[in-house]
Amino acid sequence: MSHAASVHSLWTMSADAPQKIPAPHIEYAQLSPTLIVLGAAVLGILVEAFLPRRVRYAAQTLLTCVALAAAFAAVVALAAGGYATGKAHAAAMGAVAVDGPALFLQGTILLVSLVAVFTFAERRLDPAAHGRPVDSFAAQGAAVPGGRAEQDAVKAGFTTTEVFPLVLFAVGGMLVFPAADDLLTLFVALEVFSLPLYVLCALARRKRLLSQESAVKYFLLGAFSSAFLLFGVALLYGYAGTVTYSGIADVVSGGVRTLDPALAATTGNDALLLIGGALVLMGLLFKVGAVPFHMWTPDVYQGAPTPVTGFMAAATKVAGFGALLRLLYVVLPGLRWDWRPVMWGVAIVTMLVGAIVAVTQTDVKRLLAYSSIAHAGFILAGVVATTPDGVSSVLFYLGAYSFVTLGAFSVVTLVRDAGGEATHLSKWAGLGRRSPLTAATFAVFLLAFAGIPLTSGFAGKFAVFKAAAQGGAGPLVIVGVVSSAIAAFFYVRVIVLMFFSEPKEDGPTVAVPSALTSSAIAIGVAVTLVLGVAPQYFLDLAGQAGVFVR
Amino acid sequence: MENLIGLLVLAPLLGAGVLLCGGRRLDRSGPWLGTLLAAVSFALGVVLFADMLGKGGEERALDVTVFQWVPVGGFRADVGFHLDQLSMTFVLLITGVGSLIHLYSVGYMAHDERKRRFFGYLNLFLAAMLLLVLADNYLLLYVGWEGVGLASYLLIGFWQHKPSAATAAKKAFLVNRVGDMGLSIAIMLLFTTFGTFAFDPVLDRATDAGEGKLTAIALMLLLAACGKSAQVPLQSWLGDAMEGPTPVSALIHAATMVTAGVYLITRSGAVFDAAPDAQTAVVTVGAVTLLFGAIVGCAKDDIKKALAGSTMSQIGYMILAAGLGPVGYVFAIMHLVTHGFFKAGLFLGAGSVMHGMNDEVDMRRYGGLRKYMPVTFVTFGLGYLAIIGFPGLSGFFSKDKIIEAAFAKGGTEGWILGGAALLGAAITAYYMTRVMLLTFFGEKRWQPDANGELPHPHESPRTMTIPMVVLAFGSVFAGGLFSINDTFLKWLEPVTGHEEGHSPVSALTVTAATMLVLVIGVAIAWAQYGRRPVPVTAPRGSLLTRAARRDLLQDDFNHVVLVRGGEHLTRSLVYVDHTLVDGVVNGTAASVGGLSGRMRKLQNGYARSYAVSMFGGAAVLIAATLLMRAV
Repeated sequence: MSHAASVHSLWTMSADAPQKIPAPHIEYAQLSPTLIVLGAAVLGILVEAFLPRRVRYAAQTLLTCVALAAAFAAVVALAAGGYATGKAHAAAMGAVAVDGPALFLQGTILLVSLVAVFTFAERRLDPAAHGRPVDSFAAQGAAVPGGRAEQDAVKAGFTTTEVFPLVLFAVGGMLVFPAADDLLTLFVALEVFSLPLYVLCALARRKRLLSQESAVKYFLLGAFSSAFLLFGVALLYGYAGTVTYSGIADVVSGGVRTLDPALAATTGNDALLLIGGALVLMGLLFKVGAVPFHMWTPDVYQGAPTPVTGFMAAATKVAGFGALLRLLYVVLPGLRWDWRPVMWGVAIVTMLVGAIVAVTQTDVKRLLAYSSIAHAGFILAGVVATTPDGVSSVLFYLGAYSFVTLGAFSVVTLVRDAGGEATHLSKWAGLGRRSPLTAATFAVFLLAFAGIPLTSGFAGKFAVFKAAAQGGAGPLVIVGVVSSAIAAFFYVRVIVLMFFSEPKEDGPTVAVPSALTSSAIAIGVAVTLVLGVAPQYFLDLAGQAGVFVR
Repeated sequence: MENLIGLLVLAPLLGAGVLLCGGRRLDRSGPWLGTLLAAVSFALGVVLFADMLGKGGEERALDVTVFQWVPVGGFRADVGFHLDQLSMTFVLLITGVGSLIHLYSVGYMAHDERKRRFFGYLNLFLAAMLLLVLADNYLLLYVGWEGVGLASYLLIGFWQHKPSAATAAKKAFLVNRVGDMGLSIAIMLLFTTFGTFAFDPVLDRATDAGEGKLTAIALMLLLAACGKSAQVPLQSWLGDAMEGPTPVSALIHAATMVTAGVYLITRSGAVFDAAPDAQTAVVTVGAVTLLFGAIVGCAKDDIKKALAGSTMSQIGYMILAAGLGPVGYVFAIMHLVTHGFFKAGLFLGAGSVMHGMNDEVDMRRYGGLRKYMPVTFVTFGLGYLAIIGFPGLSGFFSKDKIIEAAFAKGGTEGWILGGAALLGAAITAYYMTRVMLLTFFGEKRWQPDANGELPHPHESPRTMTIPMVVLAFGSVFAGGLFSINDTFLKWLEPVTGHEEGHSPVSALTVTAATMLVLVIGVAIAWAQYGRRPVPVTAPRGSLLTRAARRDLLQDDFNHVVLVRGGEHLTRSLVYVDHTLVDGVVNGTAASVGGLSGRMRKLQNGYARSYAVSMFGGAAVLIAATLLMRAV
């Protein structure tokens, strides 16, 4: 404590402690997953700068995949070294936690990102532009849509290989986000992963205006929510005189009083704590897409390039819920009776709104967006449980859900017509007759979303609802089951549409993907089924990883 | 030895599988294969029987657990067999008569295109029936119970191109469902009461349970028995079941399956003994049915339906005896076995007659057949003498004992039951004599068939006559064999127990009375059908005759009370489903859809609106948090 506190005094009490500034002590090995990813991102920028255009694609793909795999190996090594359990602690002077939930979530994020990168690198779906294979991203992001510069870029066969370093930066931020052990690190991590995502959203090759609109909306609203979050951080600092999670928690529980005479007037003022806590919560709820902070989700999911949507829907949610869990379980457990009812309300509204509004959607990407909102509600039900089972069930759900989502969006990239992806649901009619394999795969994902047994969706939903019921949130479970019933309607409707409707004359075709997207989809199906049929091993794993370090 | 029990069931089951899945290649050899497997089963039964005879009375039971069937937590249900003297009796009857009827069917069904399937079903029936009588627990018994029901359904409707056969099969199936429901409820009650399905613990501890509960169980078992054994009030299906091929009527609807109810009651004897009210219900059902069936049998002109009425009546005797408790169990089973012989023989004889008469079933169009079909005449005649209880033949011994036991019930009850049994014996003598006279004696009343051809009656082929001859031997000698030195009583007593009844009238008196009513019955029939020529079209007849021709209005009753009532109930349920349930469901769906459409409009695409919603949300979040603290 004394050591960590003195370092924090470096940030928070600079006024009266200038005489000794000890060199910060950084455990590089324990931070290696993040460092590898961020290092590779920097390398990627150098690749963009110095390698010739024709080799960049191969180099970037390789670099990204290797970096993500290496980072995952580092996570596994740390977990095997006991950092998930016995040796869990706060590294980097108390700024980053290395514990079970952090490692579990980082591992999930890395695996999901690796699979997502497969879809980023896919170059077989879009017809070749002037003899050169192209991916889902704009030829030149800076070119005005429909303008001369764009035509030139397309003609020259440019592709935006910058997406790979951007993804790596985003992943780097996401790795820190659920591990952040003080509010400033949390904020920095949030911005680090958000900014590349804004850019990525704007980079669609087809329907560029829609893509740019979505990016601007996402950016504006994201900035808006960041402001709330930052304001909340300030208020919490005013309350506790520190930004570390453990420090705030100590003040909340009435343990330690006071550090700074200048803050004597505000320290321990519960109004600051409650308002600040609510604002920080709001920032996180925005990222996970909970009602009423969800409105960006459908527009952004629809406009963004589909591989980015899949990545965002899967990885951002994992990171966001990780941070939310840590905040609620480490900083605010003493306030449980204050935030629980509020979170109950948020969870209920999120489940119902997501499920109900999805019923009338006609675009498959928007449908999946609302589905993701409903699922955020289900996960919140597990978060609210405030038991160790609640944590592990949420961890399991996140792992299961992210692969289903990624798989579903990968399938969406395959169904195409002349204008690019055919996302209007009417065009999916009869898909099962013409492309039974693709439709069946999508059906598997839809059934998993609906929570049908033998899919991971069922195991996850069951774990979450069970934890919620045991944590005394029975009404939440009832609303959850009702919402699931409503949600089942629109999932099954798509299956009916695909298999029991007559195909349209001018219907879309299913593109034959390269091994990259194929393997992404195959991994999605495999994980969905394995976690559905034999979830116990992974539930146990999540159970072991369910304790936060303080 | 234990392993042979499994094989006993497996052989016909294998036959059913091979014949039903084997395809056309087996069309020629199939019938013989089915017959062979039935015979194998019979041979195994004989081996086991010989082995059993070598042991003392109390050590004869064999138990074998084949595999764990439903292991769930602390609960277990096994596939296990229990072979004791009672099940041994059934095994020999089922496989013995079964083999004979398989053999008969080879001749009878020779010209049927789908005979392979027919033998497959017959084998399936044998397997299920053996499972029923060999099971060592109620759950497995239920499997056999449903299995014979299925086989019966398939075989009644075997000539499904005839609408009457299809309807009859459906009717049998539906009526049996009612009984089966009783059995399943009984099994559930047994499980909740005793925590197990196995016979031994249930029957050993039967008296531990309260009498009310036991009565409920016993009544449900009785309901099951009524369904399977065609007893009042679930008797209506048996007459129509005669739409099936005649060997089926002989095997399933006379000798074996329909006696399953008697087996069930005898097997569950301990439960019934501890529930006297239920026993009263059993004897009532038995007495009513034995008269009901006999009266119906008097009025029918269709030879098979007349015999079906007789079957119903004879099973009524058995149920009556079983309801008397330990006094009657042995005699119920003894009558069951002798009845198995003579009734199967009678049905096979009827089949033989139909075979020779272009499938004509109306006895008023028979007449004088004794010269044309001598073997059939003699075997049928012996069966006839056996069933009416001619002294020295099988029926005489077994029926006499039941009448005696009925009187031994004592008090008014005893007089009523004994009187009913005696009256039944008189009517039996009457209607069986009528069948005999109409068919084999008198003028030829043959009529041209649908193609305008007069029948040319001829004796049936060997495959058909041999079984008839063998069964005739059984009809003649079985009763005597069982009764000399009380052989059958001593054989079965270790399982069912036995008490000597104390009849208010002496055994000699009962026998004398039985002889007297027999003579009266035969005499009336002779006066009506032997002395005068018989009209080819039936006269209008008295009110009772007309009612009896309509099966004593059972179908009309069922139609008015059950069908109409059921239709009204269904209609009102459909109405409730359409308006209330569907209304709620569709209303919910519609309101969700409507809500969805309205909420969707909030998503207007303007970032400013989204920001406002976030701002509002944040305000609510903060307000709610503060409010929580304030509260």
